[in-house]
Amino acid sequence: MIVSIANEYSVPVSEVRAIIDFYHFLSDKKNADYHFYFSNNIIDKMAHSDLLVLQLGERLNSIIQQDPSRVCLDETSCIGLADHAPAALVNGRPLPALNPQSIEEVAELVALGRPLDHWPAHLFQVRTRICRRSWLLNMSLPPGESLLSWQTKGSATILQELQASQLRGRGGAGFATALKWRSCEEQHSGEKYVICNADEGEPGTFKDRVMLSEHSDWLWEGMTLCAATVGASKGFLYLRAEYAYLLPQLETSLQVRRDTGWLGAALKERLGFEFDIQIVLGAGAYICGEESALLESLEGKRGIPRIRPPFPTISGYLRQPTVVNNVETFIHAAAIISKGSDSFLQLGTTQSKGTQLLSISGDCQRPGVYEYAFGETVEQILSDCGADEVQAVQIGGPSGQLLGPQSFHLTLGYEALGGSGSLMIFNHRRSLIEVVNNFTNFFAFESCGFCTPCRVGTALNQRMLTRLHLKQLRQHEIQLLEESVRLMQNSSHCGLGQSAGNSILNLLHDFPETVEQLLNTIGDDNEARLVQALQPAVQLRKS
Amino acid sequence: MSKAKLKILTSSLAGCFGCHMSLLDMDERWLELADLVELVRSPLVDTRSQSRCDIGLIEGGLCNEENIHLLLEFREQCKILVAVGACAINGGVPALRNRYSVADCLEAVYLHGLNVTQPQIPSDAELPLLTDKVYPLQEWVKVDYSLPGCPPPADAFFQLISALHDGREPDLNYVNRHFD
Ligand SMILES: Cc1cc2nc3c(=O)[nH]c(=O)nc-3n(C[C@H](O)[C@H](O)[C@H](O)COP(=O)(O)O)c2cc1C
Ligand code: SF4
Ligand code: SF4
Repeated sequence: MIVSIANEYSVPVSEVRAIIDFYHFLSDKKNADYHFYFSNNIIDKMAHSDLLVLQLGERLNSIIQQDPSRVCLDETSCIGLADHAPAALVNGRPLPALNPQSIEEVAELVALGRPLDHWPAHLFQVRTRICRRSWLLNMSLPPGESLLSWQTKGSATILQELQASQLRGRGGAGFATALKWRSCEEQHSGEKYVICNADEGEPGTFKDRVMLSEHSDWLWEGMTLCAATVGASKGFLYLRAEYAYLLPQLETSLQVRRDTGWLGAALKERLGFEFDIQIVLGAGAYICGEESALLESLEGKRGIPRIRPPFPTISGYLRQPTVVNNVETFIHAAAIISKGSDSFLQLGTTQSKGTQLLSISGDCQRPGVYEYAFGETVEQILSDCGADEVQAVQIGGPSGQLLGPQSFHLTLGYEALGGSGSLMIFNHRRSLIEVVNNFTNFFAFESCGFCTPCRVGTALNQRMLTRLHLKQLRQHEIQLLEESVRLMQNSSHCGLGQSAGNSILNLLHDFPETVEQLLNTIGDDNEARLVQALQPAVQLRKS
Repeated sequence: MSKAKLKILTSSLAGCFGCHMSLLDMDERWLELADLVELVRSPLVDTRSQSRCDIGLIEGGLCNEENIHLLLEFREQCKILVAVGACAINGGVPALRNRYSVADCLEAVYLHGLNVTQPQIPSDAELPLLTDKVYPLQEWVKVDYSLPGCPPPADAFFQLISALHDGREPDLNYVNRHFD
């Protein structure tokens, strides 16, 4: 099989193997009839996903023993359903809000060998929970509105309007969208590309999923507007494999755009340029959300981040000028051009204009997507979603920041809390070391391994955090842990390694009492450790 | 007036004595060092002093119970403990066995090894028991300094010892910490 793939694409067998090795969802073995991936994000763990995995494992044990090709129980990084935790995927389809009863039901269906198409629909039901609407989500955006605006005003004016709106990217880094588009527009050679980053791999984030399922037409509008403005004729939606179940409805909504003349060849007659969008699936690699790794992946390679500069707007997909934006960024751009930027500019703060979508999950009564104007305090948000006795929140996913109550007066915006759209809530009953440990495991697993500071650093952090959790870490090692994180911040090749230790530093600096309780102060129980270390040799001598 | 001589301990745990060879490689500089230091416990001298030392230079990682007992003892005995060489710092070559279980290692050697005529796993009570894996020093005790290399160059030993004697923070120069 591998050899025939290698032949088909004229690449060495080793390259095919390297690619299989790189992506979590690729394998050189045939998939089991029922392949389960349980989400191992902390939010799923808090909702007892481990117990459910055990339960399912016990129920299916005899089947697995008999014929391992029938069932596989696996875990994976967050699958973008933290508002429906605990969740899993089975053969790519979502199993949201699992509980002991539904696990029983699933076990029964598997035992019967029932094909997924015949499973009851309620098992797969993902409910959209938009809990707060503001500027964007209260809007109606008829197809083509922003494109007609482009037609009358032209690219230069569109770029000016976008610049005046001060829109910044919603994928995390907060780069000025107008600058990006302009830089691509100014390139005069080569075919240009417009790419939407729908990798949404940051654990606890799901706002892009909700936009894709509720407002995909707005996204197509934004991408087409970008193509018109920069002069591109081909677009891609890079969709994370975990969202493959959205594919049919996304393809349908693309077809509707084509049929109604807002995409494809028909666009040429209407607006004088051609543009179409193709959906490409990822294969389970968080790093492919980093834009240059995404481009590599789109080119069919391992998702190793490129050296930048050159930036994608100059040398992107196939080394051609390329705009890569987040789902929400494209939607905001379309909305701003359709409705004008005045109302947008009235919302937000000096450096962060407009509104932002937040994915809220964890210990609160109403998890879901919330739209807030920048400038809202964490305190207010917690009260809106019904969160009591909050010990800490993680804002911006594991690569963001862990905040304690002393920081709940801080406000949304690039000035203080960064731009990424998720908030995970932990109440007083949660163990913060478990939370940070979970994040550390995530980065160790997802590090692409290309550069040493991150490859080795994430593994070292993982070991030290585990030892802290077990109350084995000593005071002087805390300093080593900090040094390791700082070194990663300063010398990693991409954002993953640079931000992988953020929550560790937050834990050490902002939760000193928690850390103090975890430190090994009684000294090492070396005798006990030694007994354990000698266990295998003792066994052997006995036998 | 010259400072008191530093009391030095050296030991080889799960190492190959290569680091000790490198220590000896200081050649005539030992004459210089003789005024600064005194070896009070070392395979290189006959004395086995149990009294407190200033510096412990430990080569090799930890592969059995005896290594661990000794290291814990050295840590008590020495003000400054130095991990010398790749084995002490990372486990080194002996740690290659960490991929296998203790049983697999012993069986491969004593049951299925080449030219083995009476296959049996040695079980004499005198023999120290192997640990489940080979550990670097810092996993069991606090290590104050490390000398990188396999073995560290003789000059690195000299720089470290003379700095500690003078009360300076040791700072290995480039050739003594890079091996590219
Ligand atoms: C490790 C890593 C993962 C990322 N994951 C995503 C992601 O899932 N979605 C996303 O839009 N941006 C992600 N980004 C940011 C992208 O690199 C890039 O900045 C973004 O797609 C640009 O779009 P924007 O300007 O619209 O924000 C990630 C960055 C890093 C370093
Ligand atoms: S920082 Fe981590 S993810 Fe980024 S290139 Fe280096 S190893 Fe890969
Ligand atoms: S570091 Fe090298 S020289 Fe020193 S004990 Fe280990 S193998 Fe021998």
